[in-house]
Amino acid sequence: MEFLTLLQVLDSTVRLAIPLLLACLAGLFSERAGIFDIGLEGKMLIAAFFSAAVAYVSGSACVGLLAGIASSMLLSGLHGLASITFRGNQLISGVAINFLAAGLTVLIAADWFQEAGRTPSLGSGARFVPIDLPFADSLGPVYGELVSGHTILVYLAFLCVPVSWWVLYRTRFGLRLRAVGENPEAVDTAGISVPGMRFAALAICGVLCGVAGAYLSTALQAGFVKDMTAGRGYIALAALIFAKWRPWYALWATLLFGLLQAVALRYQTLELGGIAVPTQLMDAAPYILTVVILAGFVGKAIPPKSGGVPYVKER
Amino acid sequence: MDRLPGWADAVLVPLVSLLLAAILSALVILAIGESPVEALRIMITGAFGSTYGWGYTLYYATTFMFTGLAFAVASHAGMFNIGAEGQAMLGGLGVALVCLALPWPHWALALPAALVGGAMFGALWALIPAWLQATRGSHIVITTIMFNLIAAALLNYLLGGVLRPAGSVESATARFPEGATLPTLHDMLAPFGISFSKAAPVNISLFVAVFACLFVWVLIWRTRLGYEIRALGYSQTASRYAGIGPVRIVVVAMLISGGLAGLMAVNVVMGEAERLLLNPTEGAGFIGIAVALMGRNHPLGVFLAAILFGFLYQGGGELGLWTSIPRELIVVIQALVILFTGALDNMVRMPMERAYGAMRRRRKA
Repeated sequence: MEFLTLLQVLDSTVRLAIPLLLACLAGLFSERAGIFDIGLEGKMLIAAFFSAAVAYVSGSACVGLLAGIASSMLLSGLHGLASITFRGNQLISGVAINFLAAGLTVLIAADWFQEAGRTPSLGSGARFVPIDLPFADSLGPVYGELVSGHTILVYLAFLCVPVSWWVLYRTRFGLRLRAVGENPEAVDTAGISVPGMRFAALAICGVLCGVAGAYLSTALQAGFVKDMTAGRGYIALAALIFAKWRPWYALWATLLFGLLQAVALRYQTLELGGIAVPTQLMDAAPYILTVVILAGFVGKAIPPKSGGVPYVKER
Repeated sequence: MDRLPGWADAVLVPLVSLLLAAILSALVILAIGESPVEALRIMITGAFGSTYGWGYTLYYATTFMFTGLAFAVASHAGMFNIGAEGQAMLGGLGVALVCLALPWPHWALALPAALVGGAMFGALWALIPAWLQATRGSHIVITTIMFNLIAAALLNYLLGGVLRPAGSVESATARFPEGATLPTLHDMLAPFGISFSKAAPVNISLFVAVFACLFVWVLIWRTRLGYEIRALGYSQTASRYAGIGPVRIVVVAMLISGGLAGLMAVNVVMGEAERLLLNPTEGAGFIGIAVALMGRNHPLGVFLAAILFGFLYQGGGELGLWTSIPRELIVVIQALVILFTGALDNMVRMPMERAYGAMRRRRKA
């Protein structure tokens, strides 16, 4: 493979890994606090729609981003209402949220833009544009092509990794958040509100999914199309297990899955050691890897202990 | 805490949930500037106003009965089988392989073979997640989601190459032989002098689905295996203490669940498309979740809920044709039904329990 081709593949790896990374971190906060979230897909989707729609109307990508975050947080709140306040089944709530987003985005698009399931394509002002870092031209192709020339959201997403790590492992809030996912009784005994912590975690989850969705429709592409998340929420969930619910591992897992997507996108058939590997196998690779990891044959992935269990305060 | 009487829990709670979902859907329709009353009228005439409408309603209902039962059986064992979608896709593959394997002389021979093929492939696709859950504790929700996506990739690969007939550009198998064509309700009612729409795809699988409802009822409430499945669903530890092997029950329940999901393909692939296309399930596996929740995991409930969703699908399609409301409205309604009957169940139940308790106290006083 030529050096330049390699660079291009890596560049698109970064682009494709970003939404996965953000969604994965979103799931990480939620699941670490003991709330299963299979609604990542739906939250990203609704955020993708509202950021594109509002960015188109307002002409500003940043206003769009805020609208996307708000819509995603709303669904997060709904998930919290169902799974924390009313102690409902978190999986069912997640499924409902995915459907709600899939249906509502098409319905609202039809009403606002008279086009079922899409927004008009966005002009340059209404989308996030790539920024050239200083000395992009003079510091060689790796810096110029790979490191520089991404949108602000890409750098923001990478920044989220150390920040998430710091919040989770070096702050009091993070300790409590992790404790709520492992042993909520203990947290309650210490006088901290379990529902409060869980709602806070879901709020963070909503923000991150919102950014992920906005990235899809206003940075990666110029506008919203129906079902544009295309299963990324589920890949993020897979990456979360792959990463064993840890921020730094999440980065590597999502980069790996991004690489698989980038390679599948670039090569229709890939020759590996004389055997033609179909692209569908590349598409399915993250899922297969996740099942293998879950089976516990390659390192055991141990989820937060109280994940999925509604907390009932003792009387 | 006052407990609701059984009938209220089984009938009233889902009905109130449905009503809430309907009210919210009406608000959604209002919000996009259409009349909910008019929309409902179009949906009802579209779904029940003609034998053509009935034919489609029952065709969709057949599919949802299978996927609803699939989710219900797994639920009784305490398993959340979100993988009916993938299992049904593999069922479609099984049905297609059976139908294409022989030049079937008559549907009466092809149907049993296709049923076996669909059920076997569906069950096999559920086997690995079930086994991993039972023996290694891998969360079945995640593994079945992954298996849904793997199934889609697998089908995509097979239809793009191996199964695609030479010279075809479409991702689909060859058309099934004439002898594998299932009789539609039109063909079946004609000898009795009853005229039924020829265009509607409802076919003999409807009776298979009704039979499957009966089968599940007998299985869950009238057999030893069903008792063990329910016991495991109530309490893992108690059932283990009673000598019920959790590994065996989880695997068997999931095999039955996957098999039922796979049978759905007989209706769609063999009964309607008559060849295997990409994405044969079109989300029916997920609708099964809504159907089972609505039907409280009881075969009779699943039967009724499947007809309700059949109505929503046919009626929603008509809405898409005659108004500016996209047919995705059904997806929203479906989401609301899942939300209210499944996740916000307690929101509906708690006030009802309180009201019931207050009523009883007043009567006592």
